[in-house]
Amino acid sequence: MTKRFEMAIFPLSRRRFCTALALCGLAPRALAGEPAPLRLGLTPVFLDDQSRFLEAWRLYLTERLQRPVVFVQRGSYREIVELLAQDQLEAAWLCGFPFVKNERRLRLLAVPLFQGRPLYRSYLIVPAGDTRTETLLDLRGKVFAYSDPDSNSGFLYTQHALSQIGERSDRFFARTFFAWAHRKVVEAVAVELAQGGAVDGYVWETLKRFYPQVTAKTRVLEQSPEFGFPPFAARASLPEADFAALRQVLIAMGGDAEGKALLAQLNLDGFVPGERGLFDGIGRMARQVEKQP
Amino acid sequence: MKYFMRDLSLRYKIPLRVLLLASLTAILVTASILFRVYDETRNDLLRHAQSMGRVLANTLVGPLTHDDAWRAFEIINSPFQSEEADRSELAETILVLDGKGQVYVSTRPAQFPMLSDPVRLDPEFAAIREATAGRDGRNPVVRAQPGSNRLFVGIPIISDGARLGTLIMTYTKGPFIPRFIGIAQRAALMTLLALAVLLPIAWYWGNRMAGPLVRLAGCMDQIGPQVPEGLRCDLFESNDEIGRAGASFKRMLKELREKARLEQQIMATERLAAIGRLSAGIAHEINNPLGGMLNAINTFKRHGSDDPLTLKTLSLLERGLGQIKDTVAALLIEARVESRHALSRRDIEDTRTLVAAEAASKGIELAWDNHVTADLPLPSTLVRQILLNLLLNAIRAAEKQVECQVYRDSRSLTLAVRNDGIHIPDEDMPYLFEPFSRLSRNGHGLGLWITYQITRQLNGGILVESDPGQTRFAVTLPLPEEPCMT
Repeated sequence: MTKRFEMAIFPLSRRRFCTALALCGLAPRALAGEPAPLRLGLTPVFLDDQSRFLEAWRLYLTERLQRPVVFVQRGSYREIVELLAQDQLEAAWLCGFPFVKNERRLRLLAVPLFQGRPLYRSYLIVPAGDTRTETLLDLRGKVFAYSDPDSNSGFLYTQHALSQIGERSDRFFARTFFAWAHRKVVEAVAVELAQGGAVDGYVWETLKRFYPQVTAKTRVLEQSPEFGFPPFAARASLPEADFAALRQVLIAMGGDAEGKALLAQLNLDGFVPGERGLFDGIGRMARQVEKQP
Repeated sequence: MKYFMRDLSLRYKIPLRVLLLASLTAILVTASILFRVYDETRNDLLRHAQSMGRVLANTLVGPLTHDDAWRAFEIINSPFQSEEADRSELAETILVLDGKGQVYVSTRPAQFPMLSDPVRLDPEFAAIREATAGRDGRNPVVRAQPGSNRLFVGIPIISDGARLGTLIMTYTKGPFIPRFIGIAQRAALMTLLALAVLLPIAWYWGNRMAGPLVRLAGCMDQIGPQVPEGLRCDLFESNDEIGRAGASFKRMLKELREKARLEQQIMATERLAAIGRLSAGIAHEINNPLGGMLNAINTFKRHGSDDPLTLKTLSLLERGLGQIKDTVAALLIEARVESRHALSRRDIEDTRTLVAAEAASKGIELAWDNHVTADLPLPSTLVRQILLNLLLNAIRAAEKQVECQVYRDSRSLTLAVRNDGIHIPDEDMPYLFEPFSRLSRNGHGLGLWITYQITRQLNGGILVESDPGQTRFAVTLPLPEEPCMT
């Protein structure tokens, strides 16, 4: 009795049920032969905490690539680099320093244009209330905030600057800490948790444009020479077609209105293929700092 | 002010005291509520602080282990991020101290920078740092510095038995104050409302209570050396203390009046007695030479010359001296019982006959009511003299009618004469019986004096009642036990 009653409710044989399931959910991708999602790693080289913007950008890329795009975010550069190395990501927006360090496993995909050029600087900032500090040397014995140990503008440049005067960060400063994002370095200096900080000039300028109340509490003490802008790097093993498609979409962003709007939110002007030579400066600095005792 | 309050009428004192009492009660109740609210707020705050502190301390283990100062800062700063948070339960400052007791991070980096010594920056932190220093448990420690308006909550940050640092949260009692002010304001409003309701009640009640006392006091105030005649006291009648005081006062008032009346009577009597003694003395002193002089004239007339001028002169002298003798005799009333016969009905009827002509000549109706039937042991001449004097006075004063009543009871005889003439004013009463009374409009003014003297000598009494349109003299003479022998 009971069995017959159940049959009445689900009048499907097992085989027919499976087919129905496939048609409803799983079938479209399988049937259309849609490619696996493109996984893009993001790091705090830009303001990566704007979820709504990220979703818009992801949809834009998905549409342009005709392929699902997934953004992968982690707390530090190192984790993203590791994911890339393990082929868990197809490409990532990295800092120049980890790109240089892991050059053999990576391939330069595209370099953003900031103020029309693929270059940026590292800023040394102090709290706005501190009007006495004039150079990095005045910060001896103070608390200093870095962005990430794998950041060029937020770590490497300051190490290099100190090495130039025969100093080492751990001796020169009373205490240092990592805020794990350029934006947070700005915040740490703004609330005077740190008396100085090393920050990506692009991030600082972008914050100044969108959140001027935060940057108003800080003062830029020194600007570094120009370095290659944090690039998009693909894993070396990424198929050429995928690599070319992604580079094409990124570079084309400056060409359409939707892309321009997204770029405006990024405070960028576009993407260029870029050259390896852009990052030579960073490589030099890295080698010099490594040689330091 | 002190005297003002002391001298204030009970009418106001009672309502004021009621209000004072009500206000005092309200203040005490409010104070106890405030005290309780303070206690509860403090406990709430501490509970909240401790639970939040435990969460923070647990969360801070990771960042401290990894020496991630920024993460630690983000954690302790997170309670300050929410915008609609109840600020009163928010810590003023949160500090994370490292193992050496230095600031690891704080929510006020400008005030408490990293690596600084919090006690040097703010000595009030010494107690809480001391209190948490030796602790291994995770239990929060609470310290409140005496005289400080801050509370300190300290929680050790412990990982696997190892002490990593200390979380310290400070709370100000500042946010309590608006809450207290709010409660106090509400309480004040309620008190005012209650007072507004109580005021009329207290006013009515105070008047109810004070009214009888106020009236009693008002009555008493009117009594000076003498009790005013027109004093009317409308006093409350009840059995409580005020009612009893009123009753006592009324009794006292009555006694005072009685006493005053008696005093007046005694004074009048004494004055008359003094006058009597004086006039009797003078009369005696005059009588002796007078008798001599009259005897001498008599002797001269019998044996002297027949010179008509001399005789005429002597006659004049004799007449003058006779007049003096009469006057002196009138003053010197002595109840010598000349007539030894008792008073009979006839004697009284004779008096009627004597005055009837006088009354008729003045057109006055004489009503006569004689109840004496048997003889009475009283000197008839004197009684007739009294009755005659009273009747003649009455006829003189009467307008239309004089009424005479003579009656007796077992112990006394009363002669009552009433006329309808002008009444005697009260103020003249004490002088009524004085000799040569100025009140006597015609006559020598000795009539009532004589009446009084006779009555006194017969141990009787005189009652005078004079109201407009009616004046009554009543002489009451006691009847001796035995027939009068003197």
